[in-house]
Amino acid sequence: MSEPRDGNAGATEITGAQSLIRSLESAGTEHIFGIPGGAILPAYDPLMDSTKIRHILVRHEQGAGHAAQGYAAATGRTGVCMATSGPGATNLVTPIADAHMDSVPMVAITGQVGASMIGTDAFQEADIRGITMPITKHNFLVTNADEIPQAVAQAFYIASTGRPGPVLVDIAKSALQAKTRFSWPQELQLPGYRPVTRPHGKQIREAARLMLEARRPVLYVGGGVIRSGAARELRVLAEFTGIPVVTTLMARGAFPDSHPQHLGMPGMHGTVAAVAGMQKSDLIISLGARFDDRVTGNLDSFAPGAKIIHADIDPAEIGKNRVADVPIVGDCREVISDLVVTLKAEADAGHTGDYEGWVKFVAGIKEQYPLGYDTPPDGALAPQLVIERLGKIAGPETIYTAGVGQHQMWAAHYIGYENPNTWINSGGLGTMGYAVPAAMGAKVGKPDSTVWAIDGDGCFQMTNQELATCAINDIPIKVAVINNESLGMVRQWQTLFYNSRYSNTDLHSKRIPDFVKLADAYGCVGLACESPDDVDGTIEKAMEINDAPVVVDFRVHRDAMVWPMVAAGTSNDSIKYARDLAPQFDEDDL
Amino acid sequence: MSKHTLSVLVENKPGVLARIAGLFSRRGFNIDSLAVGPTEHDEVSRMTIVVNVEDSPLEQVTKQLNKLIEVIKVVELDAAASVNRELLMVKVRADVDTRGQVLDAVQLFRAKVVDVAPDAVTIEATGNTDKLGDLLRVLEPFGIRELVQSGTIAIGRGPRSISERSLRPVPVPKPPAAAH
Repeated sequence: MSEPRDGNAGATEITGAQSLIRSLESAGTEHIFGIPGGAILPAYDPLMDSTKIRHILVRHEQGAGHAAQGYAAATGRTGVCMATSGPGATNLVTPIADAHMDSVPMVAITGQVGASMIGTDAFQEADIRGITMPITKHNFLVTNADEIPQAVAQAFYIASTGRPGPVLVDIAKSALQAKTRFSWPQELQLPGYRPVTRPHGKQIREAARLMLEARRPVLYVGGGVIRSGAARELRVLAEFTGIPVVTTLMARGAFPDSHPQHLGMPGMHGTVAAVAGMQKSDLIISLGARFDDRVTGNLDSFAPGAKIIHADIDPAEIGKNRVADVPIVGDCREVISDLVVTLKAEADAGHTGDYEGWVKFVAGIKEQYPLGYDTPPDGALAPQLVIERLGKIAGPETIYTAGVGQHQMWAAHYIGYENPNTWINSGGLGTMGYAVPAAMGAKVGKPDSTVWAIDGDGCFQMTNQELATCAINDIPIKVAVINNESLGMVRQWQTLFYNSRYSNTDLHSKRIPDFVKLADAYGCVGLACESPDDVDGTIEKAMEINDAPVVVDFRVHRDAMVWPMVAAGTSNDSIKYARDLAPQFDEDDL
Repeated sequence: MSKHTLSVLVENKPGVLARIAGLFSRRGFNIDSLAVGPTEHDEVSRMTIVVNVEDSPLEQVTKQLNKLIEVIKVVELDAAASVNRELLMVKVRADVDTRGQVLDAVQLFRAKVVDVAPDAVTIEATGNTDKLGDLLRVLEPFGIRELVQSGTIAIGRGPRSISERSLRPVPVPKPPAAAH
């Protein structure tokens, strides 16, 4: 161990538990979401005395994990959650897997049974290190109290650098109870961890060359641009070159939706302009994106005429799904900045790209096939209308979280994002129940921002117990339940692919539970809205309440579907912008 | 499919083997053999992994291995520029009539007898996969009663070492400033 930073820190003997809390403080932790239990109990005693850390007692460990994720996604800082051994730890598995898929910096601290009991099938024992090996960036099992500071320091460093991700530190109860001396390490022993953030100059020059040669380029912007805080740089690059932009589900907000160069979200439920903009392009400049199957559709027919510049901080993403012509390993912000410098120098030398025809072509598609929805018959409420009005009234400074399903796709399309870190959702893992706890975490991290959870009635019933946490701890989030009394996205697939046989997707949630009463029971304000005429008034009323969480039951038309859509496994060329309606492209315009 | 030999330097810590085995199984990579042992540095272990994949999945294998925090270095050893060895021990039926022929085979393959019983001999042999395969083909007619074989280990030819890079520590970064 190295020398302590502050002179007398190592002098007094303390418990491993005290060492853990001091380590978390030293790593900059201000908030922990968690629940105590047997094995982690020693840590909760010194935690009570910490003046630097606020612990928020949640109602379910899954809520703790998603709250830590929401906190991290809203603030860019590492989120922290804590749980006991066995079931406490296994309840964290879903948020850990979610954070792993969506590259969220998160540290999970779990108690483990005493070192001598490990491997004996002791009470509340689970091999959480073994369980989480495939879904963490790294994890530790600490059985020696002296190793707690080094493990915590490493965990925060690994979680927040390179491609961010979740790190789990499992600490045996015996180590928490043992005597040790605290010293915060000055050096980390990580010989195998050297993330590359500076892109290679030669690759940048090669990328710039392809960008100048291309006639139909598109900037394919992924979540890496959000995580690296590169929205400003992206805007400079886009506006300097004039190249059209698509932002993936994980990157909504990285580029303003109001910007004329923005074609919207690509993929299975992408806009026609974004999908066509990639399919017809001759150069895809991928920035912090990973050619996910939900973006590419059938991989063999994805953007067949496009060369690929693929920039990512994780070398393993480059060439994983689609071969890259120019691979660039580096942090998105540095990659984009370097590209701008190089392209400006080229422009000074008289070299600029000619994209005029292409820009006109995609602008034409955007105009011809805008996002849209049908007003349902007999005055029923369209879910899209609710979300559109919410975006207008709450505005682009508000933070929006979502669960997974139809409401998530509508929220991705119809809010209108102008700022990074204002759209927080479960993209890769697709975790239903993400919205409420993620909103709670975001509100804790950004107490001055309005936070709206846009949730489905199915999702909401998976994690709404955290409303109690919000009400008791003064975390006034707002929840818009888009209640179509179904597992809507599954129902949509049943409509389209299973002859409208609705097997087990009817939740009856307009009858049970009564969401207004449920909100009331949890100490929240409950509102309901059933008519298009009441949407604005209800949202405005919810916006005025700032001293308690608000739940609005938007009772919407159940047959609304998410369009556009590319059926799973098919080519993006077969996109439909409404049922049985395929766009026609006039290729002569290209 | 083609075989590739990877030398993987890892931190000598509990659980590293599980991490690597888990990575191969969950990403669907086929391992032909895997051997682990100490190196000239106490804190470093070396795994020799023979994988059976095409070239582009191989790139994924090495990139995914490199993502593991405890993996220090991954090197592909070219068969022509490296020495590859496996260890084999085989118990062969050999009575008075056949023992002479079995011992001839042992001589020919520069193997050795490590145990003798009235009706069997146990043979130890080292070599690359091809040589050991040839030995087994010769011994097969006599009757193989039991066979145990190690994974391949391999080392590059020439004076250079793959473990030359120093294991320098990382300075601890300052915690981020408060967000609000």
